[in-house]
Amino acid sequence: MSRASIEGDTALHSHGDTHDHGSRKGYRIGTILSILLTIVPFWLVMSGALHDATTTAALIFAMAMIQIVVHVVCFLHLDTRSEGGWSLLAFLFTTVIVVLTIGGSIWVMYHLNTNMMPMPGMDGPAR
Amino acid sequence: MTDHALDHGNALPTTWHLAEEEDHDHSGSGATLLGFWIYLMSDALIFASLFAMYGVVSTGYAGGPVPREIFDLKLVALNTAFLLASSITFGQAMPHMEAGRVGPTRFWLAVTGLLGAAFVTVEFYEFAHLIAEGAGPQRSAFLSAFFTLVGTHGAHVTVGLIWIVTMLVQIGQHGLSLPMKRRLICLSMFWHFLDIIWIGVFTFVYLYGVIR
Repeated sequence: MSRASIEGDTALHSHGDTHDHGSRKGYRIGTILSILLTIVPFWLVMSGALHDATTTAALIFAMAMIQIVVHVVCFLHLDTRSEGGWSLLAFLFTTVIVVLTIGGSIWVMYHLNTNMMPMPGMDGPAR
Repeated sequence: MTDHALDHGNALPTTWHLAEEEDHDHSGSGATLLGFWIYLMSDALIFASLFAMYGVVSTGYAGGPVPREIFDLKLVALNTAFLLASSITFGQAMPHMEAGRVGPTRFWLAVTGLLGAAFVTVEFYEFAHLIAEGAGPQRSAFLSAFFTLVGTHGAHVTVGLIWIVTMLVQIGQHGLSLPMKRRLICLSMFWHFLDIIWIGVFTFVYLYGVIR
């Protein structure tokens, strides 16, 4: 994002495109990577190439994580200099909360469900 | 947000420890962009809670349809292609905007809008199809969570479309003035952010749903 803001400012100050080249290159790399990281998981699942759901799941989640990082760095232009580091700090904080919220909820509720006493007339909670 | 202090905004700190010294320079455009970034981060937390909810109840089928029966991955692949392509075309608009070229900026923005509209159309079709099949949001906990999560993302994309149309009109009226550039940078961040959320949706909801 700060790259965008820097470019916005430099353009406004007629300083030319000093940041332009690096940004365009990163953007092209990001484009190629994001297309690859989208096509490969879809191909893995739709073709059933691996015949193993666990490995496929691990691979598609790994590729999603990488693609999210690629998008944040190449498209949102997040780096250590963005707004004096505050963007990165906010992003890292958000990442921690996101991981805790999603991971924690699923972990706790999974164990809650599997450890629940079976009740007559139902095959599990919320099912 | 005012623009009068923008002339001071060029001296962005290059390293972390300079942040405090340079702090007083963060006015104008930089402050808006940081503020908008923090909005995006809080929006990410909304989506995190929706993903968490979906993850918790994603096997709560209540005897109803399971993901493998109702998800059409070809349709999802098409939708993913639309949204990813729209992110890329928005990236094409930005250098033109920075250079102040009105025509190409509007062209790529319009292409982005059309791709986004195609995404929303396909999503509406998918939702209508599911509801017609009896797999509506009231069928099971899994489907309630699915419609809430994917629907919230779709609502964001729809808001983004309204924003794009607004920008197309305003660029026509004001040209690429300073406030317009700032708004377009915010819109580009919003649009790329929605594509990032979609990565989570197509991986966690659709692809993982079909193979689990």
